[in-house]
Amino acid sequence: MVKTFFSREQAIKLLLLLAAFSSLLFLFVIFIFILGEGLPLFYRVGLGNIILGFKWAPTKGSFGIFPMIVSSYMVTLGALLFGAPLALGCATYLAEYAGRKTKIFLKPALELLAGIPSVVYGFLGVIYIVPLIREHLGGPGFSILATSVVLGIMILPTIISISFDSLMSVPVTYREASVAMGATKWQTIQKVVLPAARSGILASFILGMGRAVGETMAVIMVAGNALKIPLSVLDPLRTLTSNIALELAYAAGDHRSGLFSTGVVLLIIIMILNFVANFWVKRRVAA
Amino acid sequence: MRLNPRWVDKLVRASLLFQAFFTVAILVAIVLIVFVRGIPHINAEFIFSYPEDMGRHGGIFPSIVGTVFLALLSIAFATPLGVGTAIFLTEYTKESTLTRVIRFGVESLAGIPSIIYGLFGFIFFVIKLKLGWSLISGTLTIMIMVLPTIIRTSEEAIKAVPRNLRMVSFSLGATKWETVTKVVLPSAASGILTGIMLSVGRAVSETAAVIFTMGSSLRLPTSLFDSGRTMAVHFYILAREGISMEKAYATALVLVVSILLINIAAYYTMNKMIAKYS
Repeated sequence: MVKTFFSREQAIKLLLLLAAFSSLLFLFVIFIFILGEGLPLFYRVGLGNIILGFKWAPTKGSFGIFPMIVSSYMVTLGALLFGAPLALGCATYLAEYAGRKTKIFLKPALELLAGIPSVVYGFLGVIYIVPLIREHLGGPGFSILATSVVLGIMILPTIISISFDSLMSVPVTYREASVAMGATKWQTIQKVVLPAARSGILASFILGMGRAVGETMAVIMVAGNALKIPLSVLDPLRTLTSNIALELAYAAGDHRSGLFSTGVVLLIIIMILNFVANFWVKRRVAA
Repeated sequence: MRLNPRWVDKLVRASLLFQAFFTVAILVAIVLIVFVRGIPHINAEFIFSYPEDMGRHGGIFPSIVGTVFLALLSIAFATPLGVGTAIFLTEYTKESTLTRVIRFGVESLAGIPSIIYGLFGFIFFVIKLKLGWSLISGTLTIMIMVLPTIIRTSEEAIKAVPRNLRMVSFSLGATKWETVTKVVLPSAASGILTGIMLSVGRAVSETAAVIFTMGSSLRLPTSLFDSGRTMAVHFYILAREGISMEKAYATALVLVVSILLINIAAYYTMNKMIAKYS
């Protein structure tokens, strides 16, 4: 038999190494193509005219996406304001008060619900939440408020799951020591358990924000997609993600480049959020 | 005035219980609404017939087929890459700068929102590679999107396989690759399967990344280069353009039931894996 240059085992190791590099390769290609299509417009039109510009009229040479950046931030914060207290309360109840059986049943049940397609959340938002706001609070109903509520509900499973895990990873001895010193259950949770789980809880909030800022189709359905800066919570808005999805199918030339520039800004916001979340998670592991 | 701590304790407990109940109630209500309003419009004809008049009448058969094709093909491409990555990271190398760089890539891919995958798939597969709005463009885009899920779950599953199984295999004279294929992978199979099923769930429920790569043709896709409309995209178009509320609810029901079944199956296999090694 001819002795081959590579042994079988070496060839396999090389193949596996190539597979392992595929993720990096994909990441690289994604960045190259999004930046390649989006960055030239920043040079031609000017960074300030895009990220601080107020007017989005891509077929007439105006590519201002400032209102969309503001809108994306507003609904993400709105989602957090609505979803985080509920989710944290739910996670705290499950971790600290619920019995073993409830825990075993409810945690996976809540995680299953994380799989419900976001378009379903958006649709139910249009059917139930938008009319409710229009009739009782005024405005068109398609609004910051409606979007925040829909996104807030969508991020519940994410926040509950991760903050529950970090509450459960607080050693039971911490709780016992606190209770032994005469603290009530709530004093223990408030002064011992929550501070000990703080970084994991913050990471869950940031991952929830990441999901909210990246959500597209559900937002298109309930946001109204207006091009102005929303001045009240009852005003309609357009986020960065919905700007891309609303116009990509028919955009051409500079108009299409404008959508890729929107994508570049979105990518940067997401990268900052992920970086912060990773930082907190790492600190938790180190602690 | 100082509040009695015991009294506060009771109050907090009640309020946390209310928050937990409210959260669960919202999520259960979403599923219930879809069931109650969808069931009257579901029948064999809806599942097995073609849509007529933009989906106003008829069924969703081509969308079901398109969804199944997209999910299975993207998983078929992503699984070898993902499991290969996991094997390399766990069995063939030690923690080093290399593994940190690869993990950074995986984590970054996981954090990219689906509309960016849609943008990328559109410009790269649809336009630059001239694949057009097609099943293959959608498949390749979703393959990249689900890759991190498969890598992470496979890595966890492979790490959970006890070390001494490998030692026994080596001591019998098996090579590394024989040990991986005959000992490690069979033991980790159910954990890997969990990741694959979660990925199928993501492919089925995805809209933003699919609509700009696979398109939204209502015809039955018969080749890799045909456009097609998955159930999620069909539901989005029905609902957004107000074509038919009945058909939208019925499609949502089929969609939600499929996702819940896939995810329940994933949990079931994961629990089998956990039970095996603890």
